[in-house]
Amino acid sequence: MARLQLHHVTKRYGDFHAVRDVTLDVPDGEFLVLLGPSGCGKTTTLRIIAGFVEATSGNVLLGGRDVTTLPPWKRNAGLVFQNYALFPHLTVAENVAFGLEMRKVGKADIGPRVAEALRLVRLGHLGERLPRQLSGGQQQRVALARALVFKPDVLLLDEPLSNLDAKLRQEVRIEIRRLTQQLGLTTIMVTHDQEEALTMADRLVVMSDGSVRQLGTQRDLYERPADRFVAGFVGRSTFLEGAVETPGTFRTDGGLEIRCQDGSSAGPASLALRPERISLGVQPLSGMDNQINGVVDFVSYLGANIDVHVSLPSSERVLVQIPNREDGPALKRGDKVHVGWAASTGTLFAGDARGTESSP
Amino acid sequence: MVQATASAARGIAKRSRSFGLSRKIGRYALNGVAGLAMAYILTPLFFVTWLAFFAQEIPSFPPEGYSLKWFAAIPGNDRFISGFILSLEVGVSATLIGLAVGVPAALCLTRMKFTGREWLNSLLLLPLVVPGVVLGIAIYVFHVETEIRTGIPVLGSLGGLVAGHVLVVIPWCVRLVTASLAGFDRTIEEAAQSLGADRWTTFRRVTLPSILPGIVAASLFGFVSSFGNLEMSLFLVGPGRTTLPIAILQYLEWKIDPTIAAVSVLQILLIAAAMLVTDRFVRISRVV
Repeated sequence: MARLQLHHVTKRYGDFHAVRDVTLDVPDGEFLVLLGPSGCGKTTTLRIIAGFVEATSGNVLLGGRDVTTLPPWKRNAGLVFQNYALFPHLTVAENVAFGLEMRKVGKADIGPRVAEALRLVRLGHLGERLPRQLSGGQQQRVALARALVFKPDVLLLDEPLSNLDAKLRQEVRIEIRRLTQQLGLTTIMVTHDQEEALTMADRLVVMSDGSVRQLGTQRDLYERPADRFVAGFVGRSTFLEGAVETPGTFRTDGGLEIRCQDGSSAGPASLALRPERISLGVQPLSGMDNQINGVVDFVSYLGANIDVHVSLPSSERVLVQIPNREDGPALKRGDKVHVGWAASTGTLFAGDARGTESSP
Repeated sequence: MVQATASAARGIAKRSRSFGLSRKIGRYALNGVAGLAMAYILTPLFFVTWLAFFAQEIPSFPPEGYSLKWFAAIPGNDRFISGFILSLEVGVSATLIGLAVGVPAALCLTRMKFTGREWLNSLLLLPLVVPGVVLGIAIYVFHVETEIRTGIPVLGSLGGLVAGHVLVVIPWCVRLVTASLAGFDRTIEEAAQSLGADRWTTFRRVTLPSILPGIVAASLFGFVSSFGNLEMSLFLVGPGRTTLPIAILQYLEWKIDPTIAAVSVLQILLIAAAMLVTDRFVRISRVV
């Protein structure tokens, strides 16, 4: 268990930047999640930490020791792979013992430590089985025990849950978090699954195009997204394109005037709105900084919540998420509704984003 | 209306019956063809084995009686014994050298991208398709030229013979080890390295055990093709040095008594035993 630092790490393949100037400081015992769409450089970053990919420039420090040029087998990092990567010809216990054997731990010590690691992942009774005789979830727990048993400086998890079915994923997720807390392990996990990232992390790193877009807690990312990409990737946002006219006033391309905060500099901008922060009613709303009437365009019934897509008079659309209440309105396409939100709800991103990607 | 439905139902029943029938015929046909192929392969083996127990010296049907005397005669025949020992020596050494060349070659062919990879792959498999006689003559001429130019006595030497056989073994090694590497998941190598195993340890502890069935199968097939090789060996053996197949051929020039059949039966048993024993440790059927 140790502190992990990355200083200006860059990886280039020819002209392509897989990882662009990434600097991270992960204190001892923190669970950090690298989150981003596929191809954003998160896996390459993890492989640089593990030692399978050599950084083009920059440094990796593990427990204060510069490991940038060390091969994987000298780094003391526990690695868990997406496809488990257990040794098929060795039993569960032999798999777990492998790391200890490599570290020349005495035979007398290996047995108890393997048993302890298997007990930690609650597989103490399966030591003599072969990996193929176990279920996917059990195999992943063996992989975890194998990575933990030699007390690594850092635990690296590469999409560890994506091969498991939904229910099992929840269980293993809790299991991993419980273990890393119990052992005080510094952990880096790579995932593209937002929910997984939000539930497991102490802090998260959102990456895109090889760069770190934002580093922070769940609340930081959600409430104060650093840029348009983060606002779209973490949680859902409706983006309204337009321009800041005067401080506190935003006019959409469709001509709606919206009151907002932080609109200090005039010019093109996007306004991001969280669907659950917008109020919706059949009657006119009161006490809202912004109130607009609209027409229901589309309704998605999601169980606990209902997504309502509302067309505004300017032919722009906003997504509103309302809780599914017994006394709530039974909305259908074509219904006239009122939507409203406080000036503080919207987040402004300066710059012209028209023509670029928009979030769901 | 009712009638129409009934006749339609009959039609469906008839069609499904004829469908079932054609499936049945298909299955019989498949089994029949497989049976014929088996018979085609096994008939010579069956007759050779039968012949080995005939009492009379000139094989003719029906047998005049049965005897084990031809088997009893084998140990007394020095040419067969020394031929057997030489074939064994050559086969084992050629297989070991073939593995030492073939396994790294297979690793290289499956894992590295370089220009001429396909070409190299074909080159290594070539000895399988070149007729043994052609191979034998080519190597013979090469040996003659080498000896003339350098004075090194390769012609008819044991080393020259083994070198020729290595050529026969290599395609088997490359082909079978490549096949077993094709389905190999390389992340388990990375897992081993992350656990503290350096490259060599990773190969020894993780890669090698995973491709072992392929290596065992390669050794077996390589050895068998070397052990039974006649055409090439004819050109490469020196005076007083005969392999078992050559000893058998030479014996046949003078006699056609069932001794040859008895020797063949022993050879068949030896190879069959080797296959069965190996199959107990590694499933050869998985790679071949």
